[in-house]
Amino acid sequence: MNAFARMALATLATRGVQAIIVAVIVGIVSFAMMQALPGDAAYRIAAGRYGYDMMDAASADAVRAELGLDQPTLVQLWAWLKTLAQFDLGTSAVYGTSVADEIASQLGYSLLLAAGAVVASLLIALPLGIASGLRPGGLLDSMSLAVSIFVRSIPAFALGIVLVLVFAVQLKLFPVAGFQGFSNLVLPSLTLGLGLAAVSNRVIRDAVVDAMSADWRLFARTKGLSARLTLTRHVLRNAALPVVTYIGVQLAYLIEGVVIVESVFAWPGIGHALVHAIFGRDIAMVQGTALVLGLTYVALNLCVDLACRGIDPRGRTA
Amino acid sequence: MSNQSEMMIDAGVSGAQSTLPVSRMTGLALLALLAVAAIGGPGLIGGDPAKQSLLHTLEGPSAAHPLGTDNLGRDMAARLLSGAQLSLSLAFLSVITAGLPGTLLGIAAAWFGGWADRLLGAFADAVLALPGLLLVLMLAAISPGSWWALYAGISLTLWVEYFRYTRQRARIVLAEPSVEASKLLGLGPWLLIRRHLIPEIGPGLLTIAAFGAATAVTSVAALGFVSVGIRPPTAEWGVMMTELLPYWREAPFLILQPVACLVLTVLALHLSVGGPRRP
Repeated sequence: MNAFARMALATLATRGVQAIIVAVIVGIVSFAMMQALPGDAAYRIAAGRYGYDMMDAASADAVRAELGLDQPTLVQLWAWLKTLAQFDLGTSAVYGTSVADEIASQLGYSLLLAAGAVVASLLIALPLGIASGLRPGGLLDSMSLAVSIFVRSIPAFALGIVLVLVFAVQLKLFPVAGFQGFSNLVLPSLTLGLGLAAVSNRVIRDAVVDAMSADWRLFARTKGLSARLTLTRHVLRNAALPVVTYIGVQLAYLIEGVVIVESVFAWPGIGHALVHAIFGRDIAMVQGTALVLGLTYVALNLCVDLACRGIDPRGRTA
Repeated sequence: MSNQSEMMIDAGVSGAQSTLPVSRMTGLALLALLAVAAIGGPGLIGGDPAKQSLLHTLEGPSAAHPLGTDNLGRDMAARLLSGAQLSLSLAFLSVITAGLPGTLLGIAAAWFGGWADRLLGAFADAVLALPGLLLVLMLAAISPGSWWALYAGISLTLWVEYFRYTRQRARIVLAEPSVEASKLLGLGPWLLIRRHLIPEIGPGLLTIAAFGAATAVTSVAALGFVSVGIRPPTAEWGVMMTELLPYWREAPFLILQPVACLVLTVLALHLSVGGPRRP
């Protein structure tokens, strides 16, 4: 087995542990949510099964014994986590459909939005960061710094409201909310992308400044490589590493942003579903959506880890 | 709850060099202004944030209502001030409840090492396994609309940063020869921490605190906005945005007011420690 494969396996193991932790936390919190519901769970479930008119104390007791609701809380928690470990997400209390099916249709929309946000942020941050980095201290550099600080201070959902008011309502350039076509993707992606770009354009700028002042860059120029080739072959490749690493740092912002921004734009994704489920006390749905969001976070982090190893050959020999 | 920003300003001024850059001065001035607003609350202008007047809804600014009235005829200025009081006090409290244990546990982990270190580190990793806002959202869902759930959730997600930063720096500082020398002189652990560690990690902790406070204010507003956090009729900036969003056509200046307050608060906190990058 070569060094790269061994490194990849170690990364896989670390992220695997993280995935288990995510599942346990989500399971425990959902269980606590269940326990915190007002009233007797046995009566509630019996009423759900037999109808409010057909149930009595005896049927509630039967349900209690059958589902083990009379067991100590810790035993119940263990049973709850065991169900979760079997990938049984249950059925939604509101829609009456399988949670897994609901999520399968929502996850695609959320991933589309997340991808749109990353693309938007790179489209803004890459040219801006590289141009600022080539002339540090210049007009563009100081202006992008000021704008970045300001944009970074605008929470994603507030930015979303402002963008909707300006571009959808006043200028009528894009639809306000929902999802009918790709024109719906523009505003939510821009909302999240601007927030991401506000920080990442500075990271790109710093990386470019570092790379431009490195000895190997001077050597590349001295040996006769043109300024353009030095930039594309050496500088940008070296500057890419901190940028990709930083996308990993931004994943938390991205996932959080997806949850809230989807609600602003009524985007039919998983974050919107999570917020709705919390509002409607649909616990199976809360657990399912939170679990998938958490696991997506872990999976994306894994991709970033592997991408960093792929770009940087230094780790491979270690 | 009242003097959050004041304390930050004190710490910020004493922690900085004699000359402050313009951006930090602006941030500190804004923070001072927000502190006055939060301490005074709606009492500053003598308005009642809950008093409705259905004959005077969605009005523009006037002498009686300096920032106009909302969809139920409630005074916007009083509601914004009341929202500032709520958000800033919650941010201040959660920064304290996250910062003190976080820092102390970080020092303890670096000091004792071994099992204590590994156990605390594992707990910190567990909290970080989920994105912060997702955890706050889920904890808030256990008892929706409760102030305490929000407060506990935000503090729980914020303490990790203090812990990790302090642990990492304390390990380096405690291994320095100067600390070794002080130990040989017979100085106690408390004195060691005060002499060697606090001056080293103080400025970094301050930055984490300012960003943590900004995160807290944003989270409260975000959860209020999606109807999971604080509930109406409480005047909270996120809740106000949800309430005023349907009236953007009649009164676009109303919905922009809580947005502006939120942005100004976060901007002030970011600027006061200098720039948008975390340490």
